[in-house]
Amino acid sequence: MIGGLFVYNHKGEVLISRVYRDDIGRNAVDAFRVNVIHARQQVRSPVTNIARTSFFHIKRANIWLAAVTKQNVNAAMVFEFLLKIIDVMQSYFGKISEENIKNNFVLIYELLDEILDFGYPQNSDTGVLKTFITQQGIKSASKEEQAQITSQVTGQIGWRREGIKYRRNELFLDVLEYVNLLMSPQGQVLSAHVAGKVVMKSYLSGMPECKFGINDKIVMEAKGKGNGGISGNTDSDPARSGKPVVVIDDCQFHQCVKLSKFETEHSISFIPPDGEFELMRYRTTKDISLPFRVIPLVREVGRTKMEVKVVLKSNFKPSLLGQKIEVKIPTPLNTSGVQLICLKGKAKYKASENAIVWKIKRMAGMKETQLSAEIELLETDTKKKWTRPPISMGFEVPFAPSGFKVRYLKVFEPKLNYSDHDVIKWVRYIGRSGLYETRC
Amino acid sequence: MTDSKYFTTTKKGEIFELKSELNSDKKEKKKEAVKKVIASMTVGKDVSALFPDVVNCMQTDNLELKKLVYLYLMNYAKSQPDMAIMAVNTFVKDCEDSNPLIRALAVRTMGCIRVDKITEYLCEPLRKCLKDEDPYVRKTAAVCVAKLYDISPSMVEDQGFLDQLKDLLSDSNPMVVANAVAALSEINEASVSGHPLVEMNAPTINKLLTALNECTEWGQVFILDALSNYSPRDAREAHSVCERITPRLAHANAAVVLSAVKVLMKLMEMLSDETELVGTLSRKLAPPLVTLLSAEPEVQYVALRNINLVVQKRPDILKHEMKVFFVKYNDPIYVKLEKLDIMIRLASQANIAQVLGELKEYATEVDVDFVRKAVRAIGRCAIKVEPSAERCVSTLLELIQTKVNYVVQEAIVVIKDIFRKYPNKYESIISTLCENLDTLDEPEARASMVWIVGEYAERIDNADELLDSFLEGFHDENAQVQLQLLTAVVKLFLKRPADTQELVQHVLSLATQDSDNPDLRDRGFIYWRLLSTDPAAAKEVVLADKPLISEETDLLEPTLLDELICHISSLASVYHKPPTAFVEGRGAGVRKSLPARGTVSEDTQPQLQTVIPNQESLIGDLLSMDIGGPPAPAAPAAPASNLDLLAGGLDVLLGGPEPAATATTATGSATGLLGDIFGAVPPASYVPPKQCWLPADKGKGLEIWGTFTRQNGQMRMEMTFTNKAMQAMSGFAIQLNKNSFGVFPGGALAVGALAPGAAADAPLALAAAGPVQRMDPLNNLQVAVKNNIDVFYFACLIPAHILFTEDGQLDKRVFLTTWKEIPAANEVQHTISNVLGTADSIAQKMTLNNIFTIAKRNVEGQDMLYQSLKLTNNIWVLLELKLQPGNPEATLSLKSRTVEVATCIFQAYEAIIKS
Repeated sequence: MIGGLFVYNHKGEVLISRVYRDDIGRNAVDAFRVNVIHARQQVRSPVTNIARTSFFHIKRANIWLAAVTKQNVNAAMVFEFLLKIIDVMQSYFGKISEENIKNNFVLIYELLDEILDFGYPQNSDTGVLKTFITQQGIKSASKEEQAQITSQVTGQIGWRREGIKYRRNELFLDVLEYVNLLMSPQGQVLSAHVAGKVVMKSYLSGMPECKFGINDKIVMEAKGKGNGGISGNTDSDPARSGKPVVVIDDCQFHQCVKLSKFETEHSISFIPPDGEFELMRYRTTKDISLPFRVIPLVREVGRTKMEVKVVLKSNFKPSLLGQKIEVKIPTPLNTSGVQLICLKGKAKYKASENAIVWKIKRMAGMKETQLSAEIELLETDTKKKWTRPPISMGFEVPFAPSGFKVRYLKVFEPKLNYSDHDVIKWVRYIGRSGLYETRC
Repeated sequence: MTDSKYFTTTKKGEIFELKSELNSDKKEKKKEAVKKVIASMTVGKDVSALFPDVVNCMQTDNLELKKLVYLYLMNYAKSQPDMAIMAVNTFVKDCEDSNPLIRALAVRTMGCIRVDKITEYLCEPLRKCLKDEDPYVRKTAAVCVAKLYDISPSMVEDQGFLDQLKDLLSDSNPMVVANAVAALSEINEASVSGHPLVEMNAPTINKLLTALNECTEWGQVFILDALSNYSPRDAREAHSVCERITPRLAHANAAVVLSAVKVLMKLMEMLSDETELVGTLSRKLAPPLVTLLSAEPEVQYVALRNINLVVQKRPDILKHEMKVFFVKYNDPIYVKLEKLDIMIRLASQANIAQVLGELKEYATEVDVDFVRKAVRAIGRCAIKVEPSAERCVSTLLELIQTKVNYVVQEAIVVIKDIFRKYPNKYESIISTLCENLDTLDEPEARASMVWIVGEYAERIDNADELLDSFLEGFHDENAQVQLQLLTAVVKLFLKRPADTQELVQHVLSLATQDSDNPDLRDRGFIYWRLLSTDPAAAKEVVLADKPLISEETDLLEPTLLDELICHISSLASVYHKPPTAFVEGRGAGVRKSLPARGTVSEDTQPQLQTVIPNQESLIGDLLSMDIGGPPAPAAPAAPASNLDLLAGGLDVLLGGPEPAATATTATGSATGLLGDIFGAVPPASYVPPKQCWLPADKGKGLEIWGTFTRQNGQMRMEMTFTNKAMQAMSGFAIQLNKNSFGVFPGGALAVGALAPGAAADAPLALAAAGPVQRMDPLNNLQVAVKNNIDVFYFACLIPAHILFTEDGQLDKRVFLTTWKEIPAANEVQHTISNVLGTADSIAQKMTLNNIFTIAKRNVEGQDMLYQSLKLTNNIWVLLELKLQPGNPEATLSLKSRTVEVATCIFQAYEAIIKS
């Protein structure tokens, strides 16, 4: 298991060091600094073995977080745990920075003592941790309160405390999708997938049981089977009902979702944590409606000039508006000047990024616009050819490109006197660009 | 108010000041002072002098302050054991506190303080806490048992904590169960006896599977990892475990997913491939594995290393998912390289067009390593997917046209392999290759080019000129290139003897007279002899057909792969090495293996001999192929900074105690020489006592006792035949079955007639170039003895040391490079107990048995002997013996390319050492 945890600043000075196992000595701290942080050649793997000691590291904003061990630990768990620590720290004191870490080092030690015991990760849910690691000193809590804390830390529903009350029972669902695309210059889709997540904000009283329904193909089919009775052709069922379905390749759920129930009944049921959390993550690859299409045309005119034309097409309902559109067209390193003409939005050559950045605030569906640029190049003697990085783009659209739909979210709280109808529910769909690239 | 100010005090007399603050009456001031102490501790200052003052602050109601003091204690208790006792009382009191958080804190901290006197006091509170009413205390106590086991295994066993821990597996609280499982697994792996102390049985497994649904994500990982060590009794049980684990694949935590994959992959082995479940599982495994690729890059890296294993074990699972492994422009380099690896593995005729398109794209990227790997990948595709070969070759040619130096060199290296796979197909491109001759500066690329020129000498008009131009700088070339040049010129000569006689003579003299490299010299002499005595034979040898080249590259060896599958998600799966390669001592645990298949099909067909080309291999050529041992001492010893740290500081050998080392070898070889000269006088090599091979009741009265010896390079079987029957025996003959080392009788059996009750010695000379068949155990020898009565069969074990040849001494540098070159996976360790004698006497004893000591050195009071030996079948074995004066236990590490020989060598070594 994890033998020790170190936090370093970018200079390699130790900010936090906590050793959990006897086989890790103080020299491990220096070994990592010398061999990874100050390594002459940049280290090319997040796992490093130095003298039979393994170091796992992640780096966030100039801060190195390293876990060290001499055993054959579960590597995936160590990384997930390091990421979790970052999460926990962020929710306690905001941005991860040297200053914030120094300012909160006592708190961090207290957290590390709690969430890692002898190198074994313990309950690391921020909501729960915040009930008893406060830095205000625990007010001499009553016996009942203490018992409640411990039962919550270890409990079956470790993510929610009892006795929550709201005057208005309300919940928000955000369906957030990231569209990833890699397109060839000829417009052939090389790979495309949507990474989506459903973020829920719940302000509900008591211990509500929730049931969540989506238009997943398998779920719909299972349902069709149930309703249609004996020998209905299940394949045509969703089609018959006329509702579009989404084929989900894979999905993952927050720990509150009863996975065994999903496996057997295809129903998503859970008791939500209070406040905001990520209910599910999913991935789809079929029938993705790509909101934008970039058509590049690059022509090299002699050794000192290049012409670039980029056509941008929006490909969704005309009544909807795409926002925060940004197209980034890479330019060669020896660019000396750029002349730009664009029909819509603003375009600028940014020398520091070696790219033309074209920004459009809003664009309705089924429209087309274009940019043309003349790039002047300095003559260089380097034989090395400029390799054209792909054109990337960013955007935000008010629909789910995968076709994902929330069908219902039902709330049951048998002990309190509010019913599903009394809960105010909000659903919102947002499609954003992930890595949305077109080669040119 | 912030805490950062605590980091900034660096005044003189700081300790003194802190002392007075710690003893202040004001609570606030005390707390401030403790914080300062912790801050100094963090940055590495020694604040142990404040021990008594800090411990004084321990008794407080303030939980925050208490935690800080405990943190301090954990760090310094070991250095101040006597004073640490002062804390015991408070600990014991805290373990009785009414607040469960404090009870847990006390027992958690106590377990972390490794001071004997404190540990003594730990048992009682721990026992109570394991039965505490509060689950939070119980889950903490469960982990504490593992801590205690780490300090004193006997105490845990004697005090019955194991049973208490086992009881916790049935606890009502899932988190307690999870921690108990984690603790038990650790104790099992660390168990001194090597056997698990607590066996899992079906009811326990059932409880675990129930707890799995309810506990935290980390708890699920602990439980799944524990389940992966359990082998169900039959396929039905495996089936039901699979079904209950599959839902975990949808968990958001990658560790849960991968651990579930591990259990499923292992259990799938138990189900026969035809069952429906295996099909369903294969389908269900793909999506979650793919999803892992959208995790954070570090998690992706772990996932990709594991997918690499899964793809090798069950290629079907991900065969349709090629696209997700396409490299993204801003993936970190370590993700890119891993993705590329998997792309090659998944490449097939169905997707080759897309793959090639991608690879070509990658070959124009910026990162040199990545580009090289991409070029290499194109070559691999050509070899793997035959119909695509043409496209691959033309892609490679396009890349050569870019004239980017490292791209060209890499392309030439892979084209060499393509030529080998498809002879007489793509030679038209040779002229293009020749154009780039001047730009090649890396040895591997140069050697490849020379090989191509030699191999196709008859089609390249100016082959002689090309090779001649290389010869000008012969001495500056890398050994690899020199060897290739030699072979290429000889090939050229055999193909065009008329006009190249001068050239071949030139190169032979360069190789044999002007070179210090023994390999080069040897090869030169061999060619010279061949050419001068029998040119036809030379042609047969040098221009012989080459063995097939393997389609797959860098495949893991199947047993290693199986072992790694059992370690999915762990560090071993990231390194692609078994845990023993990077974990010290008992922590490495028992070697894991996949359960035996439901349907066993013995694959007895001999496999076609193929070579797997890899980066380091010399160009496959008949002469270099037959050498089973380490390759030539190619590169001069690398500079010390380049040394792999894992290799264990062998570099000292180079610069350190040089004189001492040479002294030992000198004496060693001196005695060896003396032995040769005086023949009879020297102390003999070790002869194991005779054993009864054939008892009289099985041999119809014939009893055979025997042993093996080796003297002056001659192996012998020394047997004594006794006739215990009532009649005379005659007509003795002996035959040996095919065996692993090809040992066969070098003469006839010299035993005449044997009267009843008589005995006769029957020595039999042995030779070792007979037919080979792998035996189990490796050194097993099956013997048939015939006489006038019957034929009798028996088996005996050849002590490995009689197979050690007299020329088993490696040069020190060669030893060092070879040791480094052999992957750590090929290292085996063995502990020898009851060792008598000093390092020198052992070295001497070993020399007599053809185990040659290369060097000796002393590290931290331990004597290290580095030894080498060579078996009759040319397998080189490198040994490292670790001795501690006064300790009868010695550790012997063995490295060899053919690591299977380890067991019998260990046996022989131990026998010799104790003789």
